[in-house]
Amino acid sequence: MSATDAIGILDTATELARINDGQVKKLPTLRGRTIVNLFAEDSTRTRISFEAAAKRLSADVINFSAKGSSLSKGESLKDTAQTLQAMGADAVVIRHSASGAAQRLADLEWMSGSVINAGDGTHEHPSQALLDAFTIRKHLGKGASDLTGLRIAIVGDVLHSRVARSNVLLLSMLGADVVLVAPPTLLPVGVESWPATISYDFDAVIPNVDAIMMLRVQQERMSDLFFPNAREYSRYFGLNSERMSAMAKHAIVMHPGPMNRGLEIAADVADSARSVIVEQVTNGVNVRMAILYVLLAGGPLVVGSN
Amino acid sequence: MFGYPQSPTVADIVCPASFNDPSCEVGKEIHMSVALSAQDISRALIRISHEILERNHGSSDITLLGIPTRGAHLAARIAAIMNSIEGKEIAHGTLDITLYRDDLRLRPPRTIMPTFIPPIGIQGRDVILIDDVLYSGRTIRAALDALGEVGRPRTVQLAVLVDRGHRQLPIRADFVGKNLPTSEKQSVKVSLTEIDGVDEVVIEGEAN
Repeated sequence: MSATDAIGILDTATELARINDGQVKKLPTLRGRTIVNLFAEDSTRTRISFEAAAKRLSADVINFSAKGSSLSKGESLKDTAQTLQAMGADAVVIRHSASGAAQRLADLEWMSGSVINAGDGTHEHPSQALLDAFTIRKHLGKGASDLTGLRIAIVGDVLHSRVARSNVLLLSMLGADVVLVAPPTLLPVGVESWPATISYDFDAVIPNVDAIMMLRVQQERMSDLFFPNAREYSRYFGLNSERMSAMAKHAIVMHPGPMNRGLEIAADVADSARSVIVEQVTNGVNVRMAILYVLLAGGPLVVGSN
Repeated sequence: MFGYPQSPTVADIVCPASFNDPSCEVGKEIHMSVALSAQDISRALIRISHEILERNHGSSDITLLGIPTRGAHLAARIAAIMNSIEGKEIAHGTLDITLYRDDLRLRPPRTIMPTFIPPIGIQGRDVILIDDVLYSGRTIRAALDALGEVGRPRTVQLAVLVDRGHRQLPIRADFVGKNLPTSEKQSVKVSLTEIDGVDEVVIEGEAN
């Protein structure tokens, strides 16, 4: 995906947002197309967001979660994909705990439809990055099409975060300067090669950025002890109201959700006027509508991950 | 030239190597003729503005909606002309119909253009749809679908700068700048100063 493609999706989402804000809630664009939500890992907002996006474009949606399906009986991804293909799915939105699952599904031609990565393991979450870029551009872009000159801090559990990886790639491609802030134990190997600077000192970074994106501490993926205890993590890397008051006046607070209130983000910060966390969810529907529109409305198109 | 109508000019140009049109073989001549000059366009728009006002007994119930991109600019021009005739603001906006097209799957994804419905809305109003070229009628069918989602106008009328025939649906225009008999092999190119730097309607290709 190039910067031009990404800006194209953001522009499409902007127009769709304007339509969704008005009286029109349902568009006939994808009538008769079938979209399968294949969620082999738990998700609330991404699945509902894709479902809402598909339904607003009049597509038929089939939800498929690992629990209660043959995936829990041990059916392979390939067999599942071929079943979906046989049922005539035009697109599959896939969330999987294995990194690269979506790429594999798209590359190996098990099915002819589009494959949309809705998060694969600790690897990537492209639609989240696009909605974050959309939110940043809307609040801070001043009418520009890309994010040139903006400084964005991504703070917290970078190691387990597919949101962080996708955001670093997308935001830097769109011209933003990205700073990763995390304890050294929560940074992945090879992070030096990412297009981002790294800091261990949250307080030094705060006054210099336009947006702070807090990441969820993913305790369910932590097989080891990555920090001494929650209070210490919160003291050094949590966003509380004291730290928020040190932010630039125009700066915004973001979080991909679900939040651990009191751990990486204080409740009063999450609910403050600077927080765009609820708006991120709204924007998510618009951005996912744009993704479905670009992939499904037109003729054949080459599909890749981020 | 002042006072004399510009006679249609005919130019034969040669396809450049960079010309991105499969029907245009490099080195082959394409036939182009100017069907409407800038003055013709201006006169047609003034006449259409008067006709719309006459048919609707004034401008008070009229909402003009242009179909992007060129129809939107034509709507703005007609609104300005009607404003100068009536001496009051004319409700006008744009209506993008991309998401309502029935031929989306035949082409790569199209860019969605802005839709702007004037604050007064379309409920119970006389909506005038404005587009540059009326051809198959499919754009207008899509526009009627799009309008239905926004509200229920009292009437919907259609104004076009050029009607080139070859309708595929039972749709006709109420106000026409010029009827241009064309063959389906030809293409009609409308240029407007707002986008293309010049006001002109050109027919490309031989008649048969």
